[in-house]
Amino acid sequence: MITLNDLTQISETEWEIPQSFRSDMRGPVRIFATRELLDHVLTDKSLEQAVNATTLPGLVGAVTVMPDMHQGYGFPIGGVAATEFPQGVISPGAIGYDINCGVRLLGSQIDFETAKPHLDILATRLNQYCPSGVGKDGMVKVSIPELDQVLRDGTKWALKNGYATKADLARTEEGGAFKGADPRKVSERAKKRGKSQIGSLGAGNHFVEVDLVQDVFDEEAASIMGLKKGHLAVQIHTGSRGLGHQVCTDYVREFQSAVRRYDIQLPDRELVCAPMDSPEGAAYLGAMRSAANFAFVNRQLLAHAARRAFEETFAGKTKNWHLHQVYDITHNMGKIEVHEIQGERIKVCVHRKGATRAFGPGAPGLPPEYQKIGQPVLVPGSMGTSSWVLVGTEDSMMRSFGSSCHGAGRMMSRSKAKKKFHGDMLRLELGDRGIHIRAGSMKGLAEEAPDAYKDVNAVVETVSQAGIARKVARLKPLAVIKG
Amino acid sequence: MPFEEISHTADWSIRVWADDLRGLLAESAQGMWMLTGTEQAEGPRVSREISLEAYDAESLLVVFLEELLYLSEFEKIVFDGFSDLVIEGEKISGIMEGSALRSMEKEIKAVTFHNLAIHESERGLEVEIVFDV
Repeated sequence: MITLNDLTQISETEWEIPQSFRSDMRGPVRIFATRELLDHVLTDKSLEQAVNATTLPGLVGAVTVMPDMHQGYGFPIGGVAATEFPQGVISPGAIGYDINCGVRLLGSQIDFETAKPHLDILATRLNQYCPSGVGKDGMVKVSIPELDQVLRDGTKWALKNGYATKADLARTEEGGAFKGADPRKVSERAKKRGKSQIGSLGAGNHFVEVDLVQDVFDEEAASIMGLKKGHLAVQIHTGSRGLGHQVCTDYVREFQSAVRRYDIQLPDRELVCAPMDSPEGAAYLGAMRSAANFAFVNRQLLAHAARRAFEETFAGKTKNWHLHQVYDITHNMGKIEVHEIQGERIKVCVHRKGATRAFGPGAPGLPPEYQKIGQPVLVPGSMGTSSWVLVGTEDSMMRSFGSSCHGAGRMMSRSKAKKKFHGDMLRLELGDRGIHIRAGSMKGLAEEAPDAYKDVNAVVETVSQAGIARKVARLKPLAVIKG
Repeated sequence: MPFEEISHTADWSIRVWADDLRGLLAESAQGMWMLTGTEQAEGPRVSREISLEAYDAESLLVVFLEELLYLSEFEKIVFDGFSDLVIEGEKISGIMEGSALRSMEKEIKAVTFHNLAIHESERGLEVEIVFDV
């Protein structure tokens, strides 16, 4: 186990495991955490996994881990690793099975007092229109050729088919369509799984949540995003469903032999990888981007369903019931970006697994209105607690490959949470606090109990204090729909 | 039960043991169904011939469990009878039996290779499996 003695403290919120810690490391590990959060981290294997991640061939700079980090499989959740493009490797396990799992935030001009009497029926409608839970099919039926269009074109497909607006696309990371997606590199089995699940939430920690904008910390940024204190907002957290899971499964399996072909030594088989300029690496890039485009469309379809629920609930009760897109971000992805490393601009593949891109003001690819304030960073809390809207900073570009945290971060195992909490009691407790819960599984709800997670406020304070993100607004949950 | 749950911060992990590789695969499947809270419907048993090949024993374990998950998702059949399966090298084949799926509480995204290593112990063959959930 790694202990505090193995770490060098850089500042109150930054620590390092030097490259000399283990002979196979290709770079150090940089940790963003307060001492208190670090104490949580040291109880599981996240730092061992971060050290293992430094062995990826072609690694550039440090493997960086965020304050919401926790133990994953192979690569820690909350981890960021950059590898030189194209000769460095891409590792499917360092991106995760839920490719382009991410968050979409929609804002509104509906004030809380207007909404309050209708929140229960709103929750019921959201639950009705947003398919969720184990084994539930998605809301639209597509043929395999149509699915190929989804994989290739992402949310452009949704725009063409009436599920999106141009403004939605403009306020989605990568415009909702990764270039270089190659549906031919996605297996038939993955497509079969995706075909039936497109437009569905899934289960686990995925949710649709109606929030209240509780506090605004940066009026200018909030105004540009269309967020106002006292108004409603909606978060959608889901990913690429079975299609993405299958893409990752297929390539992790295939790369088991690829690492031998390329003579790559790794401490954990889940980290298997291939050079990006190899046929195997190129194939995964094409498949991963296809799965990511599927996820963008998945969240877009759920946003479309949320808009329907809002219209049916609030039309005639308030003048403007529309939901506008604030932003849609991915927190499980490998992206080709240019970063400055020791004064040199280098093209790298940034693996983010449970970490959010957090580009600062003026960064390429941001919509014009966000050029001045930086990219919105969406940090959902645990069920029943605050969520946060942040923006990226110039500092994040220099210190964390333009990345920040992605959530509260789990600290209690699911089995322990199930023993400690009861789903029906939790639903009543949250109901007493005015939070309307719709959940497919009471055991699943218990696993997601707020106390199973770290304090999201402490996580956000850490990235804010460290300077890799800036606070804009805090959201308070009003209704939660879970699978 | 020749398997036990191991604490994991975010995902699920089980330790499984058995006399031989076929037994290890079979018990791993039982452990997986236990974790997902899977229940079978009453009714006639279903037989299915399978033939899976992998890179090594660990890969075979992953491929086998993923096949079972896929069949539960798409054909709504939970296979739990593996006594007629035969393993030769890195290949498993034969007839397995199961029943229709009644319900599943939780879904597994993937069977991972994280620190996956089948090793000999005083209990026979032993392995720890991490599932992404």
